[in-house]
Amino acid sequence: MARSNSLKTYVSILLPPAFWLGAWQLGAFLVELHVEGRGNELLLPYPATVLSALVRLAQDPAFWGTALTSLLRIAAGMAAGVALGSALAALTCASSWCERLFAPVIRIVRATPVASFILLVLLWTGRNQVPAVISGLMVLPVVWENLTQGIRSTDRQLLELSRAYRFSRGKTVRLVYLPSLKPYLLSAVTTAMGLAWKSGVAAEVLCLPRPGIGTEINHAKQAFETADLFAWTAVVICLSLLMERFLTRLIQRRREGAAA
Amino acid sequence: MIQISNLTLAYGDKLVLDRFSLTLPDTGVTVLSGPSGCGKTTLMRCIAGLERPQNGTVSGIAPSETAFLFQEDRLFPWRTVEQHLTDVLPKSRRGEADRWLALAGLEAEKTALPAALSGGMKRRLALVRALALGGKLYLLDEPFTGVDGDRIKALMAALKELGAPVVLSSHEGLVRSLADQVINLDGPPLRRLPGP
Repeated sequence: MARSNSLKTYVSILLPPAFWLGAWQLGAFLVELHVEGRGNELLLPYPATVLSALVRLAQDPAFWGTALTSLLRIAAGMAAGVALGSALAALTCASSWCERLFAPVIRIVRATPVASFILLVLLWTGRNQVPAVISGLMVLPVVWENLTQGIRSTDRQLLELSRAYRFSRGKTVRLVYLPSLKPYLLSAVTTAMGLAWKSGVAAEVLCLPRPGIGTEINHAKQAFETADLFAWTAVVICLSLLMERFLTRLIQRRREGAAA
Repeated sequence: MIQISNLTLAYGDKLVLDRFSLTLPDTGVTVLSGPSGCGKTTLMRCIAGLERPQNGTVSGIAPSETAFLFQEDRLFPWRTVEQHLTDVLPKSRRGEADRWLALAGLEAEKTALPAALSGGMKRRLALVRALALGGKLYLLDEPFTGVDGDRIKALMAALKELGAPVVLSSHEGLVRSLADQVINLDGPPLRRLPGP
């Protein structure tokens, strides 16, 4: 019974990626069938070709430096976006004047095309700073909106109890606000992480900082090395997922630590 | 003496307190008895400074000197039973947590979260948390909801030994019989009925 259950679990985990890999393989095969010359390499390489490109890239020590630099840029932008978004959310909920001041600006930031921001920030700062600034700018509205909603949804009865029981402001934050905000922060981080990577790498593609994953993607595109482009994209996806998992675990652990 | 003078409070068109006056004793356990919705909770909230009456005064006690038990348990879903007590106790008195847990009969549930407690257990935890907080006046709104008779007797005995006046609202006949003083109320608007 237990063995059959674990088999079911494995199948349920492996089946969806196997299906999509199969679909990719089939698509690449159809492209090879219908497009002459290097069509297959240019338009849609086989999964195995991408994997071998990834292995080849990973053997170069510069690959790791490039990945780490991009990771640090995005992480810095993400951290700044989360910190600033949280601070602005707290101010927004603390004062209606702050809300009037911040809300329109943050909505404008959210609605502005990322390409406009990339080009503007490129004018104002060095090319190496653009990806971090852009990531932060994309993360900020998501964190601000989620946390503002979270703070406003905090249980009024628990806040009244905190006042009646003469809790200090710090204690109220620790015992009431932070645990209440955890799901909102987790949701914000999950959404913002994808945005941070997408916008950060887009900024790298346009600004060509050295080193940078986006710069490598741009070079791969110019050299028609589609397999390399896929391989670098796979690196971005893996790093984004790893960072998301790390951050969600960190938030969970901090909450458990605070509760202890 | 805690003197309540001419308290007036309305929620919209509904007048709950209309120039209500009352003197509360300095010692012992006083039970406010009256039908649901007559204004007992509002009166206690006014004494604790949680409601601002449109008129009238409460003298002899400051809101910051009261320990209030809310009608709802208001437990933190993410804090353990023991943490609910250590949260309100100053660092120098954290050792008292075990004594309060024993009074509530919750020693075995020390590390449990509120979700794992029964309704009566939650009420007892909320009650001992208010008692552990301490104050010059204890205001307890329906402290014994879901609590069994034997436990009520033990808790009433403990309330009498707090060394500060206790004012509580309750419908329980047992609680009335164990109290030092019973104030019969009716309303709204809240008014005192004659007799014990």
